[in-house]
Amino acid sequence: MDFSFSEEEEQFRQEVRLWLKREIPARWFELDPGMWEETEESWAISREFQRKLGQKGWLAPAYPKEYGGLELSHTKRLILAEELAYNRAPVSVEVEITVNWVAPTIMLFGTEKQKKDYITRVARGEIIFCLGYSEPDAGSDLAALQTRAVEVGDEYVINGQKIWCSYGHLADYCWLAARTDPDAPKHKGISMFIVDMKTPGITIRPLINILNHHSFNEVFFDDVRIPKENLVGQKNNGWYQLVIALDFERSSIGVAARQQRIIEELVQYAKETKRNGEPISNDPLVRNELAGIAVENEVLRMMCYRIAWMYSKNLHPSYESSMTMVFASEVTRRLANVGMRILGHYGQLDRDSKWAPLQGRIMRMYLSSLSIGVGGGSNEIQRNIIAMRGLGLPRG
Amino acid sequence: MNLGLSEEQEMLKTSARDFLQKEFPKKLVRQLDESETGYSPELWRKMAELGWMGLVFPEKYGGSGGSFLDLIVLLEEMGYNILPGPFFSTVVLGGLTILSAGNEEQRNEFLPRIASGDRILTLALTEPSARYDAAAINTRATTSNGNYVINGTKLFVPDANVADYILCVTRTKEEQNPEDGITVFLVDAKSPGIECTLLKTLARDKQCEIVFDNVGVPQNNILGKPDQGWTIIKDTLQKATVAKCAEMVGSAQAALEMAVQYAKERVQFNRPIGSFQAIQHYCANMVTDVDGARFITYKAAWKVSEGLPAALDVAIAKAWTGEACSRVTLLAHQIFGAIGFTMDHDLHLYYRRAKAGEIMFGDSDTQRAIVARELGL
Ligand SMILES: Cc1cc2nc3c(=O)[nH]c(=O)nc-3n(C[C@H](O)[C@H](O)[C@H](O)COP(=O)(O)OP(=O)(O)OC[C@H]3O[C@@H](n4cnc5c(N)ncnc54)[C@H](O)[C@@H]3O)c2cc1C
Repeated sequence: MDFSFSEEEEQFRQEVRLWLKREIPARWFELDPGMWEETEESWAISREFQRKLGQKGWLAPAYPKEYGGLELSHTKRLILAEELAYNRAPVSVEVEITVNWVAPTIMLFGTEKQKKDYITRVARGEIIFCLGYSEPDAGSDLAALQTRAVEVGDEYVINGQKIWCSYGHLADYCWLAARTDPDAPKHKGISMFIVDMKTPGITIRPLINILNHHSFNEVFFDDVRIPKENLVGQKNNGWYQLVIALDFERSSIGVAARQQRIIEELVQYAKETKRNGEPISNDPLVRNELAGIAVENEVLRMMCYRIAWMYSKNLHPSYESSMTMVFASEVTRRLANVGMRILGHYGQLDRDSKWAPLQGRIMRMYLSSLSIGVGGGSNEIQRNIIAMRGLGLPRG
Repeated sequence: MNLGLSEEQEMLKTSARDFLQKEFPKKLVRQLDESETGYSPELWRKMAELGWMGLVFPEKYGGSGGSFLDLIVLLEEMGYNILPGPFFSTVVLGGLTILSAGNEEQRNEFLPRIASGDRILTLALTEPSARYDAAAINTRATTSNGNYVINGTKLFVPDANVADYILCVTRTKEEQNPEDGITVFLVDAKSPGIECTLLKTLARDKQCEIVFDNVGVPQNNILGKPDQGWTIIKDTLQKATVAKCAEMVGSAQAALEMAVQYAKERVQFNRPIGSFQAIQHYCANMVTDVDGARFITYKAAWKVSEGLPAALDVAIAKAWTGEACSRVTLLAHQIFGAIGFTMDHDLHLYYRRAKAGEIMFGDSDTQRAIVARELGL
C-alpha cells in the first residue's frame, strides 16, 4: 500500500498548476459561473479552454495515443482532475459528459471508424455531447424510454421526446438512447446512437433551472433521419452499454478537490470575520462545523482515489461509483449548509450585492446542490444499486 | 389541556386559506417575489378590509381585539400560501411593538392606520454585524436642540423599501451594560438623509440596507422611554421569533402536502414512487418534522399570548422549527427529482424561504445558545 504520489507525479501537479495559472482567462473568474449557470459568454470561454486543454493533451490524458490521448496513468488523470476542479478551470459538466462518459463508451463499443472520428475529436477538444436519456415518463426508470428509432433503408428514423437534456442547445452531438425493438422486454430493445444536433427535425425547447439559468432542455425528435452507421455497438444492446456509461458518469473524481477549495475559503472567511471583536474561527461551533465537513471531504477524496485506483488496475467501478456519487452529493449539500450557517445573514446575498461574501457562491451552491442527488441517477436509485449490485441483497 | 384551535380560530384559518389561495395564486406570488416592492397595494387593502392588519389590536385602535394566538393561526396560513409582502413587518415588528410600548398618542396615530391598511412599518434592528443582541447596536442617535439625529447603517431590514415608518433601534448612551442606553425611534421613512437599498437575496424577500445620514427625528417620536429601549426590542423579538416559526410551519406543511401528493401520482417502474420504501420513509420523516415543529411553536406562542415567561420555549421552538423546515423542503425536492429543479416549479419558493426563515431572528445555533443559558448552563 502507498498513498503517496511519486516525485514525478508531484512535478506533474506543479506543471498543471502553473499552466492553469497562465491559461485561465481572468474574465472567467469575474463571471464565476457555478454549476448550471453557464451563459453564452462563459460557454465560449469554456470551449476555447477545452481546445487548449486538448492541444496540450490534457483533456483526455488517459486515452490511447492512436485516438489523441497521451496514455497518461490514471493517477495523473486524477491529479489533473483535481487541479482543474480546485483551480476552477473553465471545464464544466459538459466536458465531463463528453470526455469521461460518452467517449469511453464509444471506445468500448464503437466501430473503428467511430473511434477515429469521434474520440479523436473529443480528445482535441472540438466537440461536445449532450445526453439524450431521460423522458417525461422515464426518469429513474430509464428503461421505460419510448423514443423510437426505426431502421429505414440506410437510415434510422427517430421520433420522440427527451427532457432535462443539459446543454442540448449548445452541444454538437446527442448521445441518444432510443427504442429499436418495441416488442422485446424493455431492457432488451434499446440502442445507442450518435445524433448530430443540427439534423433537421430536432426541436429544442429551453427549461429554466432553479438558478434562473437556461441549462437544460426538452428535445423533440420529429422524423429525424440519421445514417445507420451512427448506431453505436450492437442493436438492442443499448441498455448494457448505457449502464456502463452511467457508471462512468457517476465517478467524477475531481469533486473532493472542488469542495476543498470552498472549505478553504470558508476557513479564511472565519479567520477574517469578527464577532464581539474576536474572529469567529475561535468559536467552537464554527470550528466544529468546518472540521466536520473537512473530515467528510477527506473521506470523499478517498472514495474518489479508490475509483482512480480501480481504473489503474483495469477494474471497472460499479457500485463503487454509485457510493462515491451518493456520498459526494451529500457532502456537497452539507457543505452548502455549513457555508450558509457560517455566513449567517450574509449567506443569503446574491453575487451582485456589495455585501455578498465569496461572490454569493455559497448561496448558489445551496440551490445547485439540489441537482446532484438527482441528475445522473438519484441517490435512492444509487443506494438500490449499492445494496443489490454491491452487496447482493435481493431486489425490493 | 387543549392543543387544538378554537372554533373562531378554525374559521379564521379556513377563511384565510380560501382568501389566500384565491387572491394569491403562485403566479402572483412569483411576480411579487420578482418585483421591486414585493406586494400588491390592491390586495393589501383587501387584507385590511378582512381585518387582518388589526386582528390583534384592541377595538379602540380600529382592531378586532384578537389574541396573539389568533395571529399565529393567520401567520401559519400566510406561510402555507407563502404570502409575500410587508404584513409581518407591519403587524408583528411594527404594530405589536407600538401596541406594547407606545404612548396613547402614538397608538392612536399608528394603530388605526395600520389596521386600515394605510401605513406600512418595519423594524430596523440588525446592523452589519447581523446580530440580535444589544451589543450589536451601533447606530447612534444624538440630541441636538431637543431633537435627535440618527447616524448609522442598518442591514437586513425587511420591507424597508415600502415602509412609511421605520422603528429604528439606536444607541443613545454608552453604558457598562450594552442593554442600557438604547432608544427606539419612530422614523418617517421619507426623512431626508435616509438611503434605502434593496438587497438581492436567496428568498427574494425584500431585505434592505438603510443608511441613516444625519436623519433628524423629533423627540416625540421616541417609543417608550429613552435609553430603555432594549426591553421593548426583547419583547418584540420574542414575538417575532415565534411568529416566524408559525409561518415556517405553514410553508413546511404545504411542501409536505405537495410532496406526498406527487409521490402518489408520479409513476416509475410501473408503480407510484410513493410505494417505494425510501420515499415512504422520507414522507414519514417530513410529517414528523412538521408536526413536531407545529406543536412546539404553538406551545411557545401560547406562552407569549398568555404573557408567561417564554424565553426558553421560544428558543426551543425556533431551534427546532428552523432546521426542521429546511429538512422538509430538502426532502420534498428529493422526491420531486428533476422537475423540482426548475424555476417553473413552485417548490423552490418554499426551499428558499425555509432557509431565510432559519436565519432570521437567530439561527438554530444561536437559539440553542439561548436554550443552554436558560437551562442554567
Ligand atoms: C440538473 C439536472 C441535469 C440533468 N441533465 C440530464 C441530461 O443531460 N440528460 C438526461 O437524459 N437527463 C438529465 N437529467 C435527468 C436525470 O437523469 C433525472 O432527473 C433522474 O434520472 C431522475 O429522474 P426524475 O427526475 O424523472 O425523477 P423520478 O424518477 O420521477 O424520481 C422521483 C423520486 O422517486 C424516487 N424513486 C424513483 N424510483 C425509485 C425506486 N425504485 N426506489 C426508490 N426511490 C425511487 C427518486 O429517487 C426520486 O426521489 C438531469 C437532471 C437534473 C436535475
